[in-house]
Amino acid sequence: MSGLWVVVLGMGIVTYLPRMLPVVFLKGVHLPRFWMAFLRYVPFAALGALIFPGILSSTGDTASAVCGGAAALLLSWARINIVLIVVGSIGAVYMWNLLM
Amino acid sequence: MSGQVLAEKEGVREAFGQGCKAGIPIAIGYLPIGMTFGLLARSAGIPDQITILMSLAIFAGASQFVAVNMLALGSGMGEVIFTTFVLNLRHLLMSASLAPRIEAGSSKGWLSIISFGITDETFSVASTRPTPNLNPGLLLGLNLTAFTAWNASTWIGLFIAGGLPVAIKASMGIALYVMFIALLAPACRQSKAALFIAVTAMAVNSLLTFLPALADLSSGIRIVTATVIAALLGAFLSSGEEARV
Repeated sequence: MSGLWVVVLGMGIVTYLPRMLPVVFLKGVHLPRFWMAFLRYVPFAALGALIFPGILSSTGDTASAVCGGAAALLLSWARINIVLIVVGSIGAVYMWNLLM
Repeated sequence: MSGQVLAEKEGVREAFGQGCKAGIPIAIGYLPIGMTFGLLARSAGIPDQITILMSLAIFAGASQFVAVNMLALGSGMGEVIFTTFVLNLRHLLMSASLAPRIEAGSSKGWLSIISFGITDETFSVASTRPTPNLNPGLLLGLNLTAFTAWNASTWIGLFIAGGLPVAIKASMGIALYVMFIALLAPACRQSKAALFIAVTAMAVNSLLTFLPALADLSSGIRIVTATVIAALLGAFLSSGEEARV
């Protein structure tokens, strides 16, 4: 029982440090241009890596996940509010599972 | 208090509200995952107060699932903590990417509180904001919304277990991915470099995921590796002028 508390605290610490250290200590440090460009590109790269291929196994069934991803692309293209994009794509997956 | 300080406080408050609003898609996406976590932890025999503490003190979905799994299998404490560390090392990169964009003048105390809420999702929303500078109030509102949703949904999973019908919960599994797509799409439309870098990261991650020889890599390591390779390639190929978020 007390062992579990220690595990959770340890997990909390090793998760917090990588989040905190760069924001607190890299702020105001001037990096060479190459590394600034690298950091500026990290969001696009991270989003790509987060989306694919993880999305394929997000609904428990590849076909409905592809359907949801297609709906997301389509709705994003239409530039509607992001909450509507999310709700609409959930609806598309739900309908797919209902009909297929 | 001088007028300038007052105006600044007003600005932070307004940004906080914007941050909370920007966190709504994350809250929707966390709901089914947090509920599943609460449900799974209970069925694995984890005491409720430990489950609650996990969502409060760790606030990292994937590693909480993995930890519950490992604890149920009887893994050692050091092993669980080390796995968590490796899985969440990717936040180092995200935190470093946010650092230069946070508005100057934020105290280290505030920064260390805000940084607790850096997740894949809050980072994605924050880093794709159209303004070059990020107001600390916005980050606080965003991260707090996500944190609240994560903990509330853990409780729902624990105590109102199985509240959502299975079909709806399965469909909601796509929510965070949809959010990522919706955040990435405008950047890709504006900049070919952004599109190229994102597709490269997808390709690298697919390779790492589907190559049988690499089957032992954790998802955290795969994401870090794909992100670093794609962002490095982007930085090599350009002087860094073209793709601004």
